[in-house]
Amino acid sequence: MKAKAAVERIMGSVFFVCGMVTIVAVLGITAYLIISGIPAIREIGLVDFLFGQVWQSTASEPLFGIMPFILTSVYGTLGACLIGVPVGLMTAVFLAKVASPKVAAVVNTAVELLAGIPSVVYGLIGMIVLVPAVMRFFQLKNGTSLFAAIIVLAVMILPSIISVARTALVSVPGEYEEASFALGATKMETIFRVSIPAAKSGIAAGIVLGIGRAIGEAMAVMMVAGNVANMPELFKSVSFLTTAITKEMAYAPTGSLRQQALFSIALVLYVFIMLINTILNAFLKRREKP
Amino acid sequence: MKKLKQLKKLIGLVVICLFAFSLFAGCGGGTTPPSAAATTPTSTPESTPESTPESTPEATPDNPATDDPPTELSGTVSTSGSTSVDKVLNSLIEAFRADHPGVVITYESPGSSAGINDAAEGAVDIGLSSRALKDSETGLDAHVFALDGIAIIVNNSSTVTDLTKEQIAGLYTGEITNWKDVGGEDGPVALVGREPGSGTRDGFEDIIGVKEKCLYDQEQTSTGAVITAVEANPNAIGYASLSALKDTVKKVTVNGVACTEETVLDGSYAVQRPFVFVTITGKELSAEAKAFLEFSMSPEVAEIIANAGAVQPR
Repeated sequence: MKAKAAVERIMGSVFFVCGMVTIVAVLGITAYLIISGIPAIREIGLVDFLFGQVWQSTASEPLFGIMPFILTSVYGTLGACLIGVPVGLMTAVFLAKVASPKVAAVVNTAVELLAGIPSVVYGLIGMIVLVPAVMRFFQLKNGTSLFAAIIVLAVMILPSIISVARTALVSVPGEYEEASFALGATKMETIFRVSIPAAKSGIAAGIVLGIGRAIGEAMAVMMVAGNVANMPELFKSVSFLTTAITKEMAYAPTGSLRQQALFSIALVLYVFIMLINTILNAFLKRREKP
Repeated sequence: MKKLKQLKKLIGLVVICLFAFSLFAGCGGGTTPPSAAATTPTSTPESTPESTPESTPEATPDNPATDDPPTELSGTVSTSGSTSVDKVLNSLIEAFRADHPGVVITYESPGSSAGINDAAEGAVDIGLSSRALKDSETGLDAHVFALDGIAIIVNNSSTVTDLTKEQIAGLYTGEITNWKDVGGEDGPVALVGREPGSGTRDGFEDIIGVKEKCLYDQEQTSTGAVITAVEANPNAIGYASLSALKDTVKKVTVNGVACTEETVLDGSYAVQRPFVFVTITGKELSAEAKAFLEFSMSPEVAEIIANAGAVQPR
């Protein structure tokens, strides 16, 4: 009996320690980012840093303005949503409401596979296939562009949107739809007027999850976006917040302003992700309530 | 019923294990014979028959550091200077430390001029420069340990065969925007380069004289990515280390000279620069520093330097 109690207690503390690992990791990363990200912002000036339009870290008089990166990340993510959300939502509707179980199973497997493809593979295919195609189709001198990155990101966020939205649509109570049918609505009317509105907070959660994935993606966009620190234009080479860091991290000497500025970019990115997570949590909570 | 389920699970597990095992076995079966020889980079004997005579003196290193038995060397060698030498230097350090684990070699990269300065002041044992010494930098010895040839590459479909240094500068600064102005077909020019901080970019911009003036269309993060980008775009021009090139892209001649190992070695190819160890003239180096310097200049490391993207001078 005593032994049993001891085991209970020991296991209890084991679980506690495991739980703490996550918290320590999150707090540690947050603290580190803030500590190492603040000095450069202080030295450069918050306004010059956030709103400066020129990033020239290696120039003899270096300029550290990250507006091009911020705007690129925002535009890139919005663009990806513009394409990814309608397609993802329609796929979710198809899976949850329209497709026969057999077809749905096949499509579902495809969606799961899509989610499992490593981002470097997306990048590679984007680089070899998409970038030349964009160049030829739009008659550009150069295919690496914000547009190519948007296409890649749109495909990458599909799985998150589809799976979350599908779950939300499936869990819409059958009575709602039956009532709609009883009032004489067709299937499509029911889907668009009843099912989707009823599942909207779940769908929104899926979209926010997709946004989080898009804004944090580095590898795939680095391979298709061209990585030049231009102010964003649809058919110009651009650099995202993530790629701005990865591109230069290896070269920035330890302790230099340049390295600190990269940490500051990471801090900005982190704030973005935190905001997105907060929004996501708000949506999820709202879904639990009713 | 429960037992049956457990049995099913067990069978499933066994099948998965077998499958996984067969995967590994399949992969291993194909690669084992060559990889057994190749996994240890220092064991060259089996890789190429020609390298056998070269690799044997490395095992008994009596030519570098003649006075000391090298295995007894220990201590720190400090180096400072160019960022561009990073890859070559670190390969050399790695190879040197395989023979002399007791020696620690530090490397700071504040740039060539700072490194030369550090060497002149005696702040470091060896300064590192990716340019020749200037006339004003006196009292120093320069030991060229590698030559970095940067090839100018275009798409295989391009009809451009030769560019002058001025034309390359014009292309990269955006003064020339059409290939027909430099002897090619009518078409826009897409400028492919490396990310800021890259030694190749630094070297290219320095030699061509376009520092901080390049209007890149792409900044790729590796030599391979530059080559792939040029390969995929008929309008593209790029630059890459000579040793990394294959025939997937076309090298253009610069001022009429093709970029080959020979033209880099005899100095006729323009887009190249030396990697230099800088020491104070007449000052005795520590035994470790001397051993490292001699090791890095010895013929045995030619392959190491080539693998890092440069050419060893003769």
